[in-house]
Amino acid sequence: MRPFKFSSTKDPNSAIKMLMDNTNAKFLAGGTNILDLMKEDVERPDELIDITSLHFTQIKTISEGTNKGGISIGGLSKNTDTANDPVIRRDFPLLTQAILAGASAQIRNMATNGGNLNQRTRCSYFYDTAMPCNKREPGTGCGAREGINRMHAIFGWTNNCVAVHPSDMCVALVALDAVVIVIGTDGKSRAIPFADYHRLPGDTPHKDNNLVPGELITSVEIPKNNFAGNSYYLKVRDRASYAFALVSVAAALEINGNQIKQVRIAMGGVAHKPWRAIEAEKFLLGKSASNENFKQAAEAEMQHAKPLEHNKFKVELGKRAIIRALTQAMNGGTNS
Amino acid sequence: MAITGKPIDRVDGRLKVTGTATYAAEFNQPNMAYAVPVRSTIAKGTITTFDTVAAEKSAGVIAVLTHKNASRLKAINPEEQMKAGVIFIGEDLVPLQDNQVHYFGQFIALVVAETYEQARSAAALLEVTYNKEKHAIDLVSELPKGYKPKLLFGREAQLNTGKTADLIAASPHKIEQTYTTSTENHHPMEPHATVAVWEGADKLTLYDATQGVVITRAIAAYFLNLKPDNVRVISPFVGGGFGTKGTWLHIVLAAMAGQVTKRPVKLVISRQMMQTNVGRRSATIQKIALSSDPKGKLTAIRHNSETYTNLTQFFEPSGLATAVLYEAPLREITYQVAKLNVGAPTFMRAPGEAPGTFALESAMDEMAFEMKIDPLAFRVLNHAATDPETKHPFSANYLLECYRVGAEKFGWSARKMQPRQTRNGKYLIGYGMATATYPAGRSSASARVQMTIKGEIKVMTAASDIGTGTYTVLAQTAADALGVSVERITVEIGDTNLPPAPIAGGSQTTASVHPAVLAAVETLRKDLMLLAFSDTKSKLNGRKADEIDFAKGKFYLKGDASISDSYADIMSRNNKQIMEACATSMPASGSGLGAPVAPCMVVPLATEENSDAKKYSFHSFGAQFAEVWVDEDLGTIRVSRFTSVQDVGRIMNEKTARSQIIGGVIFGLGAALMEETQYDKHWGNPVTRSLADYHVPVNADVPQIDVHFIGKPDPHISSIGARGIGEIGITGVSAAIANAVFNATGKRIRSLPLTLDKLL
Repeated sequence: MRPFKFSSTKDPNSAIKMLMDNTNAKFLAGGTNILDLMKEDVERPDELIDITSLHFTQIKTISEGTNKGGISIGGLSKNTDTANDPVIRRDFPLLTQAILAGASAQIRNMATNGGNLNQRTRCSYFYDTAMPCNKREPGTGCGAREGINRMHAIFGWTNNCVAVHPSDMCVALVALDAVVIVIGTDGKSRAIPFADYHRLPGDTPHKDNNLVPGELITSVEIPKNNFAGNSYYLKVRDRASYAFALVSVAAALEINGNQIKQVRIAMGGVAHKPWRAIEAEKFLLGKSASNENFKQAAEAEMQHAKPLEHNKFKVELGKRAIIRALTQAMNGGTNS
Repeated sequence: MAITGKPIDRVDGRLKVTGTATYAAEFNQPNMAYAVPVRSTIAKGTITTFDTVAAEKSAGVIAVLTHKNASRLKAINPEEQMKAGVIFIGEDLVPLQDNQVHYFGQFIALVVAETYEQARSAAALLEVTYNKEKHAIDLVSELPKGYKPKLLFGREAQLNTGKTADLIAASPHKIEQTYTTSTENHHPMEPHATVAVWEGADKLTLYDATQGVVITRAIAAYFLNLKPDNVRVISPFVGGGFGTKGTWLHIVLAAMAGQVTKRPVKLVISRQMMQTNVGRRSATIQKIALSSDPKGKLTAIRHNSETYTNLTQFFEPSGLATAVLYEAPLREITYQVAKLNVGAPTFMRAPGEAPGTFALESAMDEMAFEMKIDPLAFRVLNHAATDPETKHPFSANYLLECYRVGAEKFGWSARKMQPRQTRNGKYLIGYGMATATYPAGRSSASARVQMTIKGEIKVMTAASDIGTGTYTVLAQTAADALGVSVERITVEIGDTNLPPAPIAGGSQTTASVHPAVLAAVETLRKDLMLLAFSDTKSKLNGRKADEIDFAKGKFYLKGDASISDSYADIMSRNNKQIMEACATSMPASGSGLGAPVAPCMVVPLATEENSDAKKYSFHSFGAQFAEVWVDEDLGTIRVSRFTSVQDVGRIMNEKTARSQIIGGVIFGLGAALMEETQYDKHWGNPVTRSLADYHVPVNADVPQIDVHFIGKPDPHISSIGARGIGEIGITGVSAAIANAVFNATGKRIRSLPLTLDKLL
């Protein structure tokens, strides 16, 4: 870890000003990712601006605006508090399940919601400064493209980057049409639809998201929905706990009789961003909730997958995971 | 009441759970500096330039060492090293002596600074250029260029090469399959760490995380050109070893940094370095062929094992168990070893037996299925009552009882022969079993025992407790031999100032050190008793030894406990503040991993007639039973319960023994389901750099593990009757799980780990 200055503030606007005053500064929230990256010499900020004293820690029902009746979770609320909030547990259980599927209790106790969005890929070529990585050092190439890429992307990758976004929480958020609320250098708020928040690698894989310099996440809003009774987060991984997803699926259904009135499906572990399974959703909308339709929906989504040398299994696994998650959601979303 | 065998809590348990047990890296010294090694970023080639300017200018930096300015140490010289007792050196590579790079991550420089963070930060500033050469990293393509080792642990390595071919080819009942296992890393919780403290130019103290202080001293003294007596190694607590804490030469880096800076220096190996610099279990490709007669009696066993090595004579000896298990008229065991540009392979919990039993015990399951015989019955049918290779009787062998007890406790009779017969919801359920085995070694060891007039007893030996319970069981042995409570006993270990003991390797500590402790305590007790007999003021004056018993700190007359004399009274009347005795136990077969020269009175390890290693074959045995639940859609495997029955001789402490077996089973479960060090072919680096990428089991992966011991003392191994227990627990585990997966799904997976992609 290289020497750095530690700054702190209680005021959002001064936090942003401090960030803008030093191009090598970074915000520090829970620190569960940035500190690791600094120890590994991947991130080399010369200043950390502690934002944990800012007041963006509320979890509350939205009382006005387009998302009225939905829920707002603070950018600096802890993952643990978010997952265990009684309203979220009752009305947005998909989010609770996804958060609790990630990391460990200790890490969730430290990690913030904004930090969860902004955490960086766990691609080992990104972490190893001896390896080429366009995300860490643009122009050096992608070590994983021809290297060990079992954990890597099957959708949306380019030769510049095959990394995946590591979050579970974000998979649920993109499925639930969440909106990221940020404030910028002018002190004004901006709303970014969750699906537009993270980026595909293209030829700029060093950019994980569409924040402009100086923007700070204040909250994430989730609109009201009718999915609570029929949603499920499935995470498939190499051990029972504390491992990143090989494939994960967030599935939410609103069923009327046997007809699918609304459907949301998103996947983790498959792309540079939380992957909304639009093709599968399109197929299912208005159809009956049945194993055969789930299967066809999964096929519709996964036919576009482009696996790499070591992750070909993710295509079949992805299909089966979509079917399983939808089936669990249809059956009431409990683990059986 | 004897305390030995009782499941008492660890005597050091409180220190450990309260964080007050002092581990190597915690021996902070005044004015201490911190060293951080710099690693190569190529796998083969030469270093052409070092730019150290930025690192040297970096805040707090005291010195930057490279091969250009590091002092010259003694070179690798196996013959001379052997004479100096320098065994178990991890890697035949003395650091910072030349510009050659032999593997990715090799130590090529050392930065020493005022703080750890300053040293690490400066280490990142070092600029290195290389002349890169083509490295060898792919086992399959390098094997043809490899070699056939002649020797394995001093014995003929290749057995009956080519002799089974015709017989197996002609047999109507046979299987021939290839099994593969992955490279694994040990990853004990505590990383390697050394604090080097010089006293003048020729006296060195190392606080080191090591499995054997005596060997670490020999290695440090040898390479640094010091008298062994001038090197002291202290290692009271070790946070796990598993074979990786033999001695790696970062200890001399710490010492070199101390010489240059004239300060105490701490060097701690990072988790990333534990993937590259302190050994591994190398991957194996094992070809097994079995043939049998129509009734299921094996007619031949062939086991060809292929693996890799580098910078050491060691290679993964996967055929070891195959030499001991099952009767068959003909047995062929061969090795082919490639040389790869990977850091040296080394001993890792049950080296050889762990991957070897995966192959052999999977093949046995396949053969049983082929012959339509229950796999357990098939093993009983082919049980070897005597050592099939040496033809010696086993010192003790209750393997058949392990099978019987295991089958009963596990409920083996409920197993269906055909796969895919048992379901629960979305899960397929299967049962599998395998045989466990590990050799029972013993080495010379010495111990000193002191008793004060207050009845405080100290047991001293340079053995190690690598988390196994050595402190506790030694206290139990000494307490019983003196008839006092465990609380009276203080055990001092892990210090070269104490009488020498073997490295905690090969599951030998209990079998080797206890006879020495017992002999020392018995000598002390006898001296004390003779003092009483010759003391006219003693109630026992003039008595003879066979009339006397002892308990609760006193001698008494058998049949009349009122005629007694306490240890304290005897010592007090005879003006003895302290009494002391020392003993060395020496197996008839030689010193083994222990010191060849005894500092104390030598006692034979067991009686002459039965201590002869040439008469008996010393092995432990066990049976492993696994139940798995497989979610077939997703390929995920969950081990839902596990039964392990072990024949390991006398049990010294049922609680610590059970923990050893549980730990071994979990180790095996990791190897079976998830552990795999993956190397990038282009760069030669391990991409599984940390515990986020290199998966070991978490609590949620581990089921209830039901452990049973046969518990019958081995009459031939020693006066104690206990064989080692640290390694056997892992053997057979991965095969039991893979066999259970076959029983559940009908899919035979012959490559470890059994990750879900292999089941899709």
